[in-house]
Amino acid sequence: MLKTIVALVAAWLVAGPAAAQPAPKPPANDDCLACHGDAEAKRDDGRTIAVDVKAFDQSIHGPMACVDCHADLAKTAEFPHDSKLARVNCASCHDEIASKYHDSIHAWAKEKAGLVGAPACADCHGRHDIRQHTDPVSRVYRTRVPETCGSCHKGINEKYAVGVHAAALKKGNSQAPGCADCHTAHAIKRVDLPGWKLAVTGECGTCHAKVVESFRRTFHGKVTELGFTRVAACSDCHGAHAILPASNPASLVAKTHLVETCGKCHQGANEKFVAYDPHPDPSNYQRSAVLWWANRFYWVLIPGCFGFFGLHSALWFWRSRKEGRS
Amino acid sequence: MSATLTAVKPIAPVDEPVVAAPIPTYVTRFDARSRWLHLVIMTTFLGLSATGMPLLFSDAPWARMLAALFFGFRGAGLAHRFFGAVLLLAVAFHIGDVLWRGLLRGERGIFWGPTSMVPQPRDFVQFYQQLKWFAGRGPKPAFEHFTYWEKFDYLAVLWGTLIMGAAGLVLWFPVAASRILPGWMFNVALFVHGAEAALAIGFIFAVHFFNGHLRPGKFPMDMVIFTGRVSTHELREEREGEYHRLRASNQFGACAADAPASAVVQHGYVVGTVGLAIGLALFALIVYAVI
Repeated sequence: MLKTIVALVAAWLVAGPAAAQPAPKPPANDDCLACHGDAEAKRDDGRTIAVDVKAFDQSIHGPMACVDCHADLAKTAEFPHDSKLARVNCASCHDEIASKYHDSIHAWAKEKAGLVGAPACADCHGRHDIRQHTDPVSRVYRTRVPETCGSCHKGINEKYAVGVHAAALKKGNSQAPGCADCHTAHAIKRVDLPGWKLAVTGECGTCHAKVVESFRRTFHGKVTELGFTRVAACSDCHGAHAILPASNPASLVAKTHLVETCGKCHQGANEKFVAYDPHPDPSNYQRSAVLWWANRFYWVLIPGCFGFFGLHSALWFWRSRKEGRS
Repeated sequence: MSATLTAVKPIAPVDEPVVAAPIPTYVTRFDARSRWLHLVIMTTFLGLSATGMPLLFSDAPWARMLAALFFGFRGAGLAHRFFGAVLLLAVAFHIGDVLWRGLLRGERGIFWGPTSMVPQPRDFVQFYQQLKWFAGRGPKPAFEHFTYWEKFDYLAVLWGTLIMGAAGLVLWFPVAASRILPGWMFNVALFVHGAEAALAIGFIFAVHFFNGHLRPGKFPMDMVIFTGRVSTHELREEREGEYHRLRASNQFGACAADAPASAVVQHGYVVGTVGLAIGLALFALIVYAVI
């Protein structure tokens, strides 16, 4: 009896709903392009509804069906369809990236703060013409990212453009950072919170490993390593976007600007003060002979002291035990 | 840690018939000033270690937790400067005290002699004798008021405090220091402060703890630095040289003392145990960070 009921229920579950309402056959791309393939096609209100077929075919989504993204049209029986369509939900496939974006400052601006200009997926990646980030014509190809971000962040892009990173990127250095290398592509965070400043130091270190290592020897580096941001991290001295080598007189760390740059925190800093080395290396005699000698001195003194008294204590302990037994 | 047995009357010639003073059960080893100095150094040293170690070992997994104990790096920094200032004041007072007693009050024994902290030829001989004793080839040396390792402890603390204090002040007031020093001296100051700290912490928490407190015969701790008194029996065992000198020169009367009050001993045990526990815990953290 129980078996029969289970079988009946299973049969209904499989066949029942389908039998009750036959699904409409989803439109093929050619069906859509019958209207949208016409470059002159317009809506009642005059806005274009044309889709660049060639661009779509060449895009990374070229092999996909229109209704894969415009999912609500897959169930529509009547065409032409209503002009009000559901938003394309990139997250239905790209869920991991979407969740990163969801926690970003861009999503916050768009969804919480109501900034209509804040970008969602299509604003950076395009719509029907989306290319892979490895494709040189993609909006998010390495060398084109600054331009894409700069379409909103114009002032930042202008600063970035004069810096060493932009120049290296233009020269074809594939390691040179664009916007996303520091800010990430999707999980872009607020830059005025402590977490950002601490994380970005590590980010600089992915390329400038030795420089960050030497920075970690300083008070600045140690305090930031402990998770506090009151002291200087990379961008406080070097700037964030218009980063220039010290040899460039316009650089924040050029000799002529050091008093001013250090003086941002150390009020009253003078010419003598800025002889400080923010990236010391005790093993480099050329950089600072005194530091090199101090390092040598303590490398002898510390092991010497512990070695001597370690042995002294061990012998003492051993002798005392021996005398205690006898 | 200054000598206490220096203000004594001129030694009577041995051939003169003297009435030998009875040998007391206890003698004074540290006067109140020395005991207070040790207490201040001990507390500030533990405080300085605990608040400085998060920075020195900023990449250790425990560094953030230890800093959080002092409400972050600003709290730890504030406490560090406070402890440092107190320690510097205490050491300055001590140096002033030694100079005043040695130079103005004429206690020359503070600079040279059996009760002085200054290394004497005898100390090198006794070090050699101690090594022979370790090897089982001789008796224990007849130590005087301060042994060679105690002098090393004392001079190391003095040297360390002066070096670290100077470096610490440069790092505390860099802009003011830059009127005299070039900026690269801040790099040297930070390096020296850290290296000297590693040396001092390791030395105090391993060597001084062992020599002074944890070694067989003293374990778990030597109370003399809290009570200031040592039994004559122990004095004879530990410092035969001093015992015989006091006896021969009939000076026992000048330093005779009552047995330490039990309350003082109890307080000493509490303070000492807390200090040893904190010190050994910090030492364990360093060992954990280094290996």
